[in-house]
Amino acid sequence: MITIFGKPLLLLYGQLTLGLINGAFYALLSLGLAVIFGLLNIINFAHGALFMLGGFVAWALLEYLDIGYWPALVLAPLIVGVFGVVMEKTLINRLYKLDHLYGLLLTFGCALIIEGLARNEFGSSGVPYPIPDELRGPLDLGFMMLPAYRAWVVVAAAGVCLATWLVIEKTRIGSTLRAATENAPLVQAFGVNVPRLITLTYGAGVALAAFAGVLAAPIYSVNPNMGANFIITVFAVVVIGGMGSILGSIVTGFGLGILEGLTKVYYPQASATVVFMVMVIVLLARPAGLFGKA
Amino acid sequence: MLEVSGLNAWYGESHILHGVAFDVRAGEVVTLLGRNGAGKTTTMKSIMGLVPRRAGSIRCNGRETIALRPDLIARAGIGFCPEERGIFASLSVTENLMLPRVVAPGGLDLPTIYALFPNLKERAGSQGTKLSGGEQQMLAIARILRTGARLLLLDEPTEGLAPVIVQQIGRTIREIKARGFTVLLVEQNFRFAQTVADRHYVMEHGRVVDMIPNAQLGASMEKLHGYLGV
Ligand SMILES: Nc1ncnc2c1ncn2[C@@H]1O[C@H](COP(=O)(O)OP(=O)(O)O)[C@@H](O)[C@H]1O
Ligand SMILES: [Mg+2]
Repeated sequence: MITIFGKPLLLLYGQLTLGLINGAFYALLSLGLAVIFGLLNIINFAHGALFMLGGFVAWALLEYLDIGYWPALVLAPLIVGVFGVVMEKTLINRLYKLDHLYGLLLTFGCALIIEGLARNEFGSSGVPYPIPDELRGPLDLGFMMLPAYRAWVVVAAAGVCLATWLVIEKTRIGSTLRAATENAPLVQAFGVNVPRLITLTYGAGVALAAFAGVLAAPIYSVNPNMGANFIITVFAVVVIGGMGSILGSIVTGFGLGILEGLTKVYYPQASATVVFMVMVIVLLARPAGLFGKA
Repeated sequence: MLEVSGLNAWYGESHILHGVAFDVRAGEVVTLLGRNGAGKTTTMKSIMGLVPRRAGSIRCNGRETIALRPDLIARAGIGFCPEERGIFASLSVTENLMLPRVVAPGGLDLPTIYALFPNLKERAGSQGTKLSGGEQQMLAIARILRTGARLLLLDEPTEGLAPVIVQQIGRTIREIKARGFTVLLVEQNFRFAQTVADRHYVMEHGRVVDMIPNAQLGASMEKLHGYLGV
């Protein structure tokens, strides 16, 4: 048997794959959080609940309207995005003149309500969601067999992260968003409807979470806790990457997923805490995060 | 072009402007002179809708803008160059230049802007804040010439800059006046103001206390020294 540092190669590959998949979700979720935090200055504690909502919307589309996985991958983020727009316009936009803490409390409250409603409706164990036919079965990579759906999750998440990054770095709407993140009043004095930009940004960040939720549905089944399970780690990812840093959240998300996977192979006892240990070290050495501006 | 009357403005509890009144006619360059803290910047920000609370009347091209949001005020045809220049660090020079929205036809095109400010073309790909102070000021002025706004608010464009750069900004202001722009200029340096402006308003403690046509500035030196404490 081939081993690396005394561990079987296949075990290593297996855990690296799992780590990469978790990393894909960390990256998608922290990316949305970073975009929202950058412009709105709000730590969106409802993010995990909206991720879950994405999964449930995909499930409901299939159950009640017979709309399958591929259309749901587009429709569920749109529907949850609109829900986010309504949330921003009715609740969050009242808080911009107040302390950060209010935004945190409000979105945390929203998360509790959304998750509570889901638990009432579906119970704690949730509902299954099938893997789309096209992605059933394994993919032979030569050195290992990889479930096709898991490979798709990594590719789709990386693609969406890259696309989001390109929009923010290379387009006019992206440069407007970056400018508004720095100095929103001045951007507004240049004729940009900043309140609308804020609403749409919140909607887009939330749509990213819902997209991740649809990706996650066939892997974890759709259940009320799926967001809560991820979100604590995702907040650590955001802190490590640097609050509001786009590139930071993508790189840190994938990187920490892989690090978790490696830890499961070499020192399983620490696999649940390694992300938080990294967070403590980063906060001590670089309080603004790996990619944050001091 | 711009008529301000009875303008009051507040930052929280502090009442900063007390009935500011002045007007700027189309094609004029008009300055607001006054000591530090007189309320010049607050007046500019009030015109743009960037103070927390304001009252009174601000008419731009006959249209009342006192209750409008800043983006709609900009779209009424006003370009704003703030005191701190407001160059965005996360944007390249070109992105900074293209950021303000076009609000009317008739703005300067890019070749004309690059002809006026050749440095900006050379540095097009640089990060906005990597430019020298003078270049940043040029960029801050250049980007509002593109938008088609005919009224420009320039808040202390010469502050902290070397004499050659100040001269270049003076030439720029005369050039844009020649192109028919209207300019409201905040200045502490009345010697510079004298070289570009048609009229001067003097502000003290949140009020406009005097108006001096440029031709009479020489004769009013003593009075002006009193106002400005120089
Ligand atoms: N953001 C602010 N909050 C509270 N007070 C302010 C603020 N900005 C300016 N002020 C006060 O308003 C007064 C006028 O300031 P300003 O308009 O900047 O003067 P000027 O531009 O003529 O130097 C000053 O007393 C200043 O301390
Ligand atoms: Mg000032």
